[in-house]
Amino acid sequence: MNFPQDLKFTKDHEWAKITDQTALVGITDYAQEKLGSIVFIELPPLGKSFRQGEILATIDSVKAVAEVYAPLSGQVTEINEELKDNPEWINQDAYGKGWIAKLKIDNAAEVNNLLSADDYQKFIAEEGAKE
Amino acid sequence: MRYIPNAENDWPEMLAAIGFKNLEDLITLLPEPLRLQKPLSLPRPLSEMELVEHLLTLSEKNKPGKMKSFLGAGAYDHYSPAVVDHILRRSEFYTAYTPYQPEISQGTLQAIFEFQTLICQLTGMEVANASVYDGASAVAEAVLMAHRLKGKKKCFLSATLHPEAQKVTRTYAAPLGIEFLEIPYSPDGLTDLDFLGQKIDDHTFAVVLQQPNFFGCLEDIEKAGQIIQARGALFIVAVMEPLALALLQPPGAWGADIVVGEGQSFGLPLSFGGPYVGFFATKESFLRALPGRLVGETVDQQGRRGFVLTLATREQHIRREKATSNICTNQALCALAVLVYLTILGKEGLKKLAQINLSKCVYAKKILGSKFSLPFSAPTFNEFVLSLPKDSPEVLAQLLPAGIIAGFPLQKFYPHLKREILICLTEKISKDDIHLLKDKLENLVEGA
Amino acid sequence: MEKETPGISGLIFAEPLIFEKGSKGRKGYSLPPLDVEEIKPEEVWPSKLIRPDLEGVPELSEVEVVRHFTRLSQWNYGLDANLYPLGSCTMKYNPKVNEDLARLPGFAQTHPYQPEELAQGALQLMYELQQYLCEISGLDQVTLQPAAGAQGELTGMLMIRAYLADQGHPRHKVLVPDTAHGTNPASSSICGYQVVQVKSTERGVLSPEDVAAKMDEEVAALMITNPNTLGLFEEHIVQIAEIVHQKGGQIYLDGANLNALVGLTRVADMGVDVLHFNLHKTFSTPHGGGGPGAGPVGVKNHLAPYLPIPRVVKESNYFRLDYDCPKSIGRVKSFYGNFGVLVRAYAYILSMGAEGLRKASLVALLNANYLRAKLKDYYHLPYDDPCMHECVFTDRNQTRYGINALDIAKRLMDYGFHPPTIYFPLVVSGALMIEPTETEPKEVLDQFISAMIKIAQEAQSAPELLKSAPHKTKVSRLDEVLANRKPKLRWRP
Repeated sequence: MNFPQDLKFTKDHEWAKITDQTALVGITDYAQEKLGSIVFIELPPLGKSFRQGEILATIDSVKAVAEVYAPLSGQVTEINEELKDNPEWINQDAYGKGWIAKLKIDNAAEVNNLLSADDYQKFIAEEGAKE
Repeated sequence: MRYIPNAENDWPEMLAAIGFKNLEDLITLLPEPLRLQKPLSLPRPLSEMELVEHLLTLSEKNKPGKMKSFLGAGAYDHYSPAVVDHILRRSEFYTAYTPYQPEISQGTLQAIFEFQTLICQLTGMEVANASVYDGASAVAEAVLMAHRLKGKKKCFLSATLHPEAQKVTRTYAAPLGIEFLEIPYSPDGLTDLDFLGQKIDDHTFAVVLQQPNFFGCLEDIEKAGQIIQARGALFIVAVMEPLALALLQPPGAWGADIVVGEGQSFGLPLSFGGPYVGFFATKESFLRALPGRLVGETVDQQGRRGFVLTLATREQHIRREKATSNICTNQALCALAVLVYLTILGKEGLKKLAQINLSKCVYAKKILGSKFSLPFSAPTFNEFVLSLPKDSPEVLAQLLPAGIIAGFPLQKFYPHLKREILICLTEKISKDDIHLLKDKLENLVEGA
Repeated sequence: MEKETPGISGLIFAEPLIFEKGSKGRKGYSLPPLDVEEIKPEEVWPSKLIRPDLEGVPELSEVEVVRHFTRLSQWNYGLDANLYPLGSCTMKYNPKVNEDLARLPGFAQTHPYQPEELAQGALQLMYELQQYLCEISGLDQVTLQPAAGAQGELTGMLMIRAYLADQGHPRHKVLVPDTAHGTNPASSSICGYQVVQVKSTERGVLSPEDVAAKMDEEVAALMITNPNTLGLFEEHIVQIAEIVHQKGGQIYLDGANLNALVGLTRVADMGVDVLHFNLHKTFSTPHGGGGPGAGPVGVKNHLAPYLPIPRVVKESNYFRLDYDCPKSIGRVKSFYGNFGVLVRAYAYILSMGAEGLRKASLVALLNANYLRAKLKDYYHLPYDDPCMHECVFTDRNQTRYGINALDIAKRLMDYGFHPPTIYFPLVVSGALMIEPTETEPKEVLDQFISAMIKIAQEAQSAPELLKSAPHKTKVSRLDEVLANRKPKLRWRP
C-alpha cells in the first residue's frame, strides 16, 4: 500500500497534491483496491466550483458506485479526459496517471483539515481493525 | 397438495432436525397475537379437472371466435405463428430466473442481446434495453429520462399520443412538478406542428409524438424533429404499432433522441391487455441515463464469446435511490416472443405482412369512405378514423348482435369526437368482412 | 451421509447469433394471399416517409429458427430442471395447467377494448382475484394494474403521497431499513421523497426506539419487508406501526417475502396500510427469465380513493370497469394489468385453497429451517434467531482460505445447482441468501446440503477448484469488467 509523503489525504480516501493555489486530486490506492476493477468515471464539468466535501465525481466498479468528494473548495480547471477510455488507470496508478481533476483552491486554510500521509495510514489501520 | 412434494414419510426426519414435533408447530415462529385463529375464507381447492372446467366456463363468457373485431388502438390482432408459442413453452425459458448468473443463463442472455439488436434495427437507434413493462410506461420512463438529462420543466405531449400513454406519463411525473402542455391536432389528423413551433421555448426539455399516431395517421417526423432540436429539447417518439416500421422510415432516421413503443404486435396475444412488452431505444451518448436492464457481449476465461447483464450500476439494486429507474422484473419472456416472431417473419415476411395490412386499410377506406366520411386526410398505415352519421356508442352497440365489433369509439378519449370510430385492418380481416361491415353500417344508419 | 448431486455433464450445442445465420431468400413465414388490391407504400405515402430497406433483420427458415431457440434454451438452467434457492425470489414450481389456462382462447383472444358485455369472463376473474388477495392480506381493496413489484411500490407510494397531500400536509421523507431491497429507495425517490435509512439492530430487525428516533411529522411512510431480507420476522412491527401512525405516517409493506405468511397471519393485523404482492413469487406464476410478473397492491379503505383507474367493480351480477374515481392517482400502465399473469395466480389460489396455502407457508418455513440446521456447522450464521422462509449465511468461514461468496456460488453450478442470492442484503458482508420454497422434495434439499458441505470442504482443501469454477457450464466465468468498460450492447455487421 502506497502513502506518498508529499500528498494530503481525507478520511473519504481522496488525496490532494498541493502546489501554490492548485490542487491535483484523486482517490487513494486503498480506495481503488476496495472498489475493485473500475469501469467508469463521471468526471466533473470544467469550470464548475465545489465546496470542500461536495461530490466531485462518481466512480463505478462492476458492482458498486463510489462518490469522490472534493478535498478542498475550488474551481475545476482541468480534468483527466483520458480516464474516459482508460478508467483502469485509477486502479493501476492511483497517484499518478489516475489523477482525476485539478482545482484552483479557494481557501488555503482548508488544507489544515486534511490528513498527512502518516495520519492517513494510521486511519486506514484503524478502519481495517474494525472490519 | 400436488405442488408440495414432501408428505408424511418425510416430515419426521426434517422436523427432528430442527427440533419441532409437528408441522403445525412452525407457526410458533410468528408472534402469538398475529397468528390466524381460523382458516382464510377462500373457495375449496379444486382438482385440476374442475379447475379447467371453471376457467373454461369463465373464458367462454368473453365469446371467443364469435365476433369479427376491427379493434386496434394500441393492441393489434395479428396472427402469431405456431413456432412462437412453442418456444415460449420451453420451460428452460419460462421457468428461468433473471440471468444474474450468466454461466447458466446464456440462452436468456443471448436472446435479449438479439432482441436489443433488432429493436435498434427497427427504430434506427444505437442502443436498446432489455424491455420495460409496456408502451405506455416506456413513454413515461422516456420523459423521466429526458428530465434527468435536461433538468428543465416543460414537456409537450401531442394530443395524438395514445391517451393511456399520456395518462401514465402524467402519473409517473406527478411528483416531479413537470409542466405538461398538449399540442392539439390539425384538421388533417396530425399534430399541429405550427402550434408547437410557436409555443416551444428554452424551458422545454422534451416533446413526445406517436408514429403512426393514435388516429392511425403518419406524422411528419422530419419537420417535428427540426423544430424540437432547434430548441435543444429531446425528441421522443412512441411507436405503438411497430409493424409500420417495416415500411416506414424509422424515427431514428430523423434524429429522434429516444424511441419507445409497444411490442405486442409481434407475436403476443391480445390477452385482455397484458402481458405486453415495452421497447426503449436511444442514442449511445445517453447510455448512462438509460433505464432498465442491458445485456452486453464479453468473453469468458477461455476467450469464448458470452453475454452478461451489464452497466448495472445504473439500476436500483446498486444505485438504489439514485437509480435511473426502479424497474427490476421487466417483460423478458414477452421480449423473447417478439424476437422469435421477428426471426420467423424475417425481413421479407415483415415487409409483406405490413403491405397486406396497408392494402386492407386502403381498401377499407375506399369502401367505407364511399358511404361515410373520413375526417382525416393524412396518410395512414393499418388504422383510420371513420365518421358515422350517428353517435358512435349507439352504432357500435347495434352492430354487436350481428357479430361485429366495428372499432374503437373515439369519444372515450376525445369527448368532442362523438361520431368517430377508429378502425383497424390487420391480415385477419378479409374483403368479405369489410363489405359486411359496410352493409351493416349502411342498414343501421338508413333504417334510423 | 453423502448424497449424489445432479450436476454431471452434457452435450451442449454451439449456436451463433441469428444475424450470423440464414441466407437471402430463406423463408420461415406463412402469409395469407391478399384478397384486395395490393397497395405499395409509394402509392399512398409521401416518398420521404418510405423506408429504403429493412436492414439487419435476417431471413431464416422455420427449422433454423426452431433449432436456434431450442439450442439457446438448452443453455439455460430452469426451475423445471432443479432447485433455485434464490432468497426473496420464491422460485416455486410453476403449475403446468396454468400455462394452458392463460392460453384459453376466451382469455388470450380478448381485446382490452372489447365491450364490457363481451369481457365478463375476464372481469369476473379479475374481480374474484381482487377478493382473494384482500382475504389473504386482510386489506380492504386491491388493484391488479401494476406490472411488477417495483411498479406496485411506485403505485403504493404515489397513493400515500396523494393521500397525505389531501390531508393538507404532503411530507417529504420516507424511512427505509438498511435491509431493504433496492427498489424500495428507488421507488421512493421517483415519488420525490428523501430516503432516510434506519439501521437494523444486531439482532437483524428494526427496533421501535430507532424508528421512533427517526419518525416525525415530515415522514410520509416507513417501507418495511416482513419477513425481512435476512429471513427474520420483524417482531416489533405492530409497535413500529403504532409509532409511525401516531405521527400520521403510513406503513408500506413490501410483499416479496409473503411466502412465509400466507394463511398464517394477515398483514392488516400488523398495522400495514399498503402492501404489494408479487404474483411471480408467492403465487407461482413463472419468472420468465426476467418477467412478466405482476405486482397488485392492496390498501386499507382510507387509501382506496387513490387507487389507479380503472377499478374492476361488481354491480349485481355484472362486472364493470369504473373510471369515475376523481381522487385516483391515474394510471401506471396501459389497459388493466398483466392479465395473462393474473389468470395463472387465480388458478393457483383455486388449486390450493385456504388449507393448501397455509400448508405451503408452513412447509416453506420448514424447508428453510431444515437447510439452516444442516448447514450451520459449515457456514457462518450472522444471527442466532431461527429464520422464516429463507436463511442468510455469510462466507466468513471460507474467507480465511481466500474463498468468497462468489466462488461458492460458481462452484455450486458444477454440482448442478443454481446458486443462492449472493451479496444481498448489504448489511452482512458476503451474504448467501437461501430460499428453497415449499415445492422441493426432501432428496433435492439433501443433495443441496451435500453439495454445500462438499464445497465448504473444498474451500479448505482445494480452493483453486472454487476459484476457477464453474467448469461444467457452457462458458466459464465471464469478464464483467470488460463488458462494463467497453459496452457492446448489440450486434453490428
